Amino acid sequence: MCLAVPAEVIEISGEDALVDLGGIRKRVSLMLVDDVAVGDYVIVHVGFALTRLDRDEAQESLALLREGLAAAGAAP
Amino acid sequence: MRYLDEFRDGAIARSLATQIAERAQPDRSYRLMEFCGGHTHTISRYDLEGLLPANVTLIHGPGCPVCILPVGRVDQAVALSLSHEVILCCYGDVMRVPGSDDTSLIKARSHGADVRIVYSSTDALALAQSMPDRQVVFLAIGFETTAPATAAVVLRAEALGLTNFSVLCYHVLTPPALDALLGPPADPARPMAEIDGFIGPGHVSTVIGAEIYRALLDRHDKPMVVSGFEPIDILQSVAMLLDLLNDDRSEVAIQYRRVVTWAGNRKAQDMLAKVFAVRDAFEWRGLGSLPDSAYRLADRFAHLDAERRFPLPQHTVADNPACECPDILRGTKHPLDCRIFGTACTPETPVGACMVSSEGACAAYYTYGRGREARTAAQ
Repeated sequence: MCLAVPAEVIEISGEDALVDLGGIRKRVSLMLVDDVAVGDYVIVHVGFALTRLDRDEAQESLALLREGLAAAGAAP
Repeated sequence: MRYLDEFRDGAIARSLATQIAERAQPDRSYRLMEFCGGHTHTISRYDLEGLLPANVTLIHGPGCPVCILPVGRVDQAVALSLSHEVILCCYGDVMRVPGSDDTSLIKARSHGADVRIVYSSTDALALAQSMPDRQVVFLAIGFETTAPATAAVVLRAEALGLTNFSVLCYHVLTPPALDALLGPPADPARPMAEIDGFIGPGHVSTVIGAEIYRALLDRHDKPMVVSGFEPIDILQSVAMLLDLLNDDRSEVAIQYRRVVTWAGNRKAQDMLAKVFAVRDAFEWRGLGSLPDSAYRLADRFAHLDAERRFPLPQHTVADNPACECPDILRGTKHPLDCRIFGTACTPETPVGACMVSSEGACAAYYTYGRGREARTAAQ
């Protein structure tokens, strides 16, 4: 029920945005978020953008996970 | 898909499983509850339990708004749909939840009720605008994640001056349920599960923020890691919880940093505060009546509140005695402990609510777990 997915903002018109959900385009409301720009990723839940996805944090988390993987791979 | 597939990487998952096995001290057990049904679904779908050592167990929590909706509330929605000539709009998950006397919204529809599935609260509002001669009721269920979408349409309906739109509001709140899970049971005969730490709800926390859990968990001396919903997120959260437990630290940490902040979404919080009031108490299936655990519409929006607008049956109904949902929701029983699991109770013909939503523990096990059980038995 709390299912929410990341989607890229393609176009903004007023309080709505057209977003791309892995190839599917959908219109969602931006009423709950501020300062969203085209190219941002938002977390979409029941037709509303709940929050912006912090891409720097995502990259950092992934880099750390991959480092852990590389370290494990290098271990004897 | 970006920011999803990366967090499903098998090699990283295996490396995290190795780290978890290294961190799990063999002389102790780690009983971790994932509160949220979305986590339960991911855990079953990717068989994450199969990657964990035997002394790290996952207990499935009550964080599925469909599953905790008690029979009496389902009866209200069914009665409303059948007797007041309304169009009842609801999220698809709630259609099959059994009420009393073998009723449900989907059965009400086959008896002529106008029940329609919507993807968003805005669809219900748009329907009310396009059909001014019909009363449209939006059945609002969900945790704090979903409540802002309801708040938004209430404000919009008010601004538009709509007189044919109302909300049947069953939104429930996460912190009181967490508190109940850690406190003394309402019924001493039905104890709560023993829990060492929590995998915390990710999307609820985007709205309410992670800060709110600190005082609560500190009071109960338990750690929590607020987690994302992909398999890598959950495994990383388990590893973080093991670290906290090994160091005896009852802290709240955020694994899902790409989405969750300590403060949450202030704009959404302001909207919730404006539109809703907290009910004195609300009945949860499995947990009983919990104080301050649900929203109703604030008095200012009484004219948009279906509970005040239409006479509805007010009763509490006992769960089907064969169904173990209440114990499963409290984490004291596993779906496979239920004798009607997969026989009398299936997703097609659910007896208990945990079999209805794909996030219910029983539905998740029915969909993904039975094959594994059979394979394990064959080995």
